[in-house]
Amino acid sequence: MNAPLVDIRDVSHRFGQHRVLRNVSLTIEAGSYTILLGPSGSGKTTLLSILGGFVNPSEGKVLIRGQDCTSVPPAKRPTTTVFQDYALFPHMSVGGNVGFGLRMQGVDGTTRAAKARDALALVGLAAAFDKKPHQLSGGQRQRVALARALVIEPAVLLLDEPLGALDLKLRRQMQDELKAIQKRVGTAFIHVTHDQEEAMALADHCVVMNDGRIEDEGPPERVYARPATRFSATFMGESTILAGTVLETGDRTCTIATPVGPVSLPSALPRGSAAALAIRPEHLVLGAASAGTKLGKADVSDVVFQGSFKRVLATSVEEPSLRFIAKLPATAVVQAGDRVAISCDTDQIILLTD
Amino acid sequence: MRSVARIVSWIYALAVYGFIFLPVVVLVLFSLQSTSFPIPPFTGPSLRWYEAVLSDSRLTSALVNSLLVALISSAAAVTLGFLSAWGFARFVLPGSGLLRGLITLPLTVSYLIIGMGLLVLFNWAGVPKSLLAAGIGHVVINLPLCFAIIYSQMGDHQINIERAARDLGAPEWKVLLLITVPVMAPAIFAGFFLSMTFSWDEFVISFLLTRFETTLPVEIWNLLRSGLNPKTNAVGSLVFAVSIVLVVFFELTLLRRKPA
Repeated sequence: MNAPLVDIRDVSHRFGQHRVLRNVSLTIEAGSYTILLGPSGSGKTTLLSILGGFVNPSEGKVLIRGQDCTSVPPAKRPTTTVFQDYALFPHMSVGGNVGFGLRMQGVDGTTRAAKARDALALVGLAAAFDKKPHQLSGGQRQRVALARALVIEPAVLLLDEPLGALDLKLRRQMQDELKAIQKRVGTAFIHVTHDQEEAMALADHCVVMNDGRIEDEGPPERVYARPATRFSATFMGESTILAGTVLETGDRTCTIATPVGPVSLPSALPRGSAAALAIRPEHLVLGAASAGTKLGKADVSDVVFQGSFKRVLATSVEEPSLRFIAKLPATAVVQAGDRVAISCDTDQIILLTD
Repeated sequence: MRSVARIVSWIYALAVYGFIFLPVVVLVLFSLQSTSFPIPPFTGPSLRWYEAVLSDSRLTSALVNSLLVALISSAAAVTLGFLSAWGFARFVLPGSGLLRGLITLPLTVSYLIIGMGLLVLFNWAGVPKSLLAAGIGHVVINLPLCFAIIYSQMGDHQINIERAARDLGAPEWKVLLLITVPVMAPAIFAGFFLSMTFSWDEFVISFLLTRFETTLPVEIWNLLRSGLNPKTNAVGSLVFAVSIVLVVFFELTLLRRKPA
């Protein structure tokens, strides 16, 4: 009886010959903040358009609140969209924009104005009721678009790269506000972005997409710490990737041959199978270490000071095509040209099997 | 050397503008003549010929006819032009390029050919020569113009605005009426005023397609057949003044862009 709010079943979509979505299935819980994260062309925006009703999928079904909405037009489904370019009505006042959805439902003028004022107050723009959209800044227009979509109390709010047009500082600020607003109204938000920082900051549930498929999904902490695929290990944050093959298998452990030497891990992969190891930059240790897994020596090629930390790039001596990406404390003494031993905590090595 | 070039260019500019505007200046000037012939010397100023025009019921009823034909045919042309522009801009149609070419084709055909074609067609269909027939002729010449103006202003950024309206629950006719028309209003008004201008002083089609009741340009032509007379100058000046007003409206609506 506890059906999910949104249930996407086996959705595929083609534009002509080009397959943009391949058998995507996804469920979204009420009150959650879901991020669809992926590079351009990964199909994330198409999936959002299918949820909004602007695109009819070639195959598969979309259920919202248990009802089949696959071919229900946008006007009739319980979703609203915040468009990337805001799509405010330029000839109407801000109040007219926010009240438009209620006007279409036949709500009378007084109630409409009151609700529109409440929605504008929610996004911190109570004073803008009588202004025209062109009198507002980009960030303010974004809030108006949000208020306009929220005022009709949709079951799901869809946001198409809502922060894409804002500058970095404003984006981080709006990001915090979006999260706060979502918690206050309790509506499920589905938000498309290619910015992994935005994804980690906002998501309750993070869906990593690539090439029309879902690569990985789960809480952002899990997706970051234990990415399911090589793609999500490199797209959601950076990683050093070591390719290898399973050399021998023991009792619940196996040894993997890598260009920088064998690595033993608790895993049960068959012998001879290919595997890749991903290591997050903050888990690499430079210099002599007594414990952990040794990863050979490397020549430091670049040190970039980034305020709270130093980002270090180093090329492996044993395997010149391998580049280590490490994140060291700002106080670390290291410079380009140094030859250092590299190691890492065995527990922090991520085993990828794809 | 430089001052000579400057003087020559000034003379050239004056000659060009004189060539364009002198006929109009002469027309207006001699409409204010107080004697019976619109030839030098100038004997005015006097408004007697304007009084004569306004007390001539044939001319005043032709003026009202012209205004009605211009208003109604322009409204029809701009409505049809808007709807076809919207259709071409929003939907993928088979042979869209060819159809768009066909719809703008009448712009390149002479009014005489269009007028004759309509005359033959109306004869065959049993539509009598009338103001209605002339009005239909004006829709034929002005629809392509309205289409071209409105279509050129219908950008992709409005697609999302229309989508947003649909998303918020608006049925299609409300999207058109409450969103697309107001957003496109500058282009729609521009098309309307330009159509008015063209319909207002159009002669050939009105001449071919009207009989008893007719439009002002045809009536002026009738007047001219009995020779030059300051009254023709006066009525010509009136026609010119109305055209100027319409063109100014056109320029104001199309060229004055709202800040985005």
